Amino acid sequence: MSEVRYTKEHEWVRVESGEATVGITQYAAEQLGDVVFVELPEAGRKVGAGGEAAVVESVKAASEVYAPVSGEVTASNAALSDDPAKVNADPEGAGWFFKVKLSDAGEVAKLMTRAQYDEFVKGL
Amino acid sequence: MADTETLRKTPLHALHLELGGKMVPFAGYDMAVQYPAGILKEHLHTREKAGLFDVSHMGQAFLSGADPAKALERVTPADVIGLKPGMQRYGLLLNDQGTIKDDFMFTKLEGEADMYLVVNAGTKEGDYAYIAEKLDGTAKVTTRFDRALLALQGPMAGAVLERHSPGIDKLTFMKVVRATIAGCPAIVSRSGYTGEDGFEISIEGRDGERVARALLGEPEVLPIGLGARDSLRLEAGLCLYGHDIDETVTPVEAALVWSIAKRRKLDKDFPAAEKIMDQVFNGTAKKRVGILPTGRAPAREHTEIVDKSGRRIGEITSGGFGPSLNAPVAMGYVESAFAGDGTEIDLMVRGKAMPARVAPMPFVPHRYRRAV
Repeated sequence: MSEVRYTKEHEWVRVESGEATVGITQYAAEQLGDVVFVELPEAGRKVGAGGEAAVVESVKAASEVYAPVSGEVTASNAALSDDPAKVNADPEGAGWFFKVKLSDAGEVAKLMTRAQYDEFVKGL
Repeated sequence: MADTETLRKTPLHALHLELGGKMVPFAGYDMAVQYPAGILKEHLHTREKAGLFDVSHMGQAFLSGADPAKALERVTPADVIGLKPGMQRYGLLLNDQGTIKDDFMFTKLEGEADMYLVVNAGTKEGDYAYIAEKLDGTAKVTTRFDRALLALQGPMAGAVLERHSPGIDKLTFMKVVRATIAGCPAIVSRSGYTGEDGFEISIEGRDGERVARALLGEPEVLPIGLGARDSLRLEAGLCLYGHDIDETVTPVEAALVWSIAKRRKLDKDFPAAEKIMDQVFNGTAKKRVGILPTGRAPAREHTEIVDKSGRRIGEITSGGFGPSLNAPVAMGYVESAFAGDGTEIDLMVRGKAMPARVAPMPFVPHRYRRAV
């Protein structure tokens, strides 16, 4: 079973055989409101943990999406360009943003577990 | 920013909370930016059916005196004297430099000597102090910030309001009457800030909730927050004070010369009239225009506008996503040489040049109920 971890910036990461899929959490999607535009990183781009990797825009405002882990982008979710509403409909599934080939697998363990993230959100 | 404790509340504040409004500080008030439906649905619902907006934060006042219309012409280049009773009109409040202190609506009610004014929320205290000072005793300002102001907007607004005030649907665009809505005395104008047909309804603060509940009880009506109000007015090409117009621009730069009456142009009897008329005839260095980005990325306020060689030629003053166009929309100021419709420009979004073109406004056609 793949492991899902979370950041304080409300990204999620699912790691499967050295590759991390990244998206924004249900909580983040609800806070943003209707997503109307997503800017995704191109394959081959190097991202550092905590660095800006994508942009998500609602009717009202633009927000950065940070890379939770370091590595090289291997793919991005092209379906979001045509249908950014997928981010609201299924943020932790079909609304994924990009995939990263991990350069340091140890970084994942530093992120929050689901229970820790739920507790974190409760405190907001 | 002011904390929640110091924010003012409109007479509908408790209703916003009950309706699940997401509350944000706006112009010193705790206001609903959206309800559970969300900005996108609220926007589209208003264009399709009808939406109810609480705009009680705006600055209502009455102007009394021997000739309040004549007095008001000291501070605006609009034709106030020539306004017929039972009509409303748009005007600019100018400072001595001829730049825009605010934009506002003024009304002459049938058979009444006093004029009724509505100015913007963020500027209302300053506006009325300025008007009182400039009118210098020729007319008296009585602010009524305690009153509620509702806007019912959308193609079904007429049918909805008719149920609560028989005969009201006969009003045409910019006409105003005193009427009774849901048993409450109201000043009703056929106007708004969405580009749609609709009404603005001024009532006593204590009647605000009763009238709002009566209208929200109609199947066509949803409550609409400030988020959709902003996207609706942007698609309609209407200026937001403090963003698209302010004290750094003149009516000519702001492309609002239509609000300067012909008689006033000839008489040159408004603030900085010589300077403004010189601009009318000789042009200005920059001009407000509509802008349509070619791609999907919205260009927000303060986005830099550059020409095709990368030279800075202006800045976006309002920009976002237009739900009815299903595309990004914006307005901003560009050097006048670039102000022609169709001019190709670039918008610097996150360090990248995004292609866009200057486009006529409104982006979504106005659907006002004009007189036939």
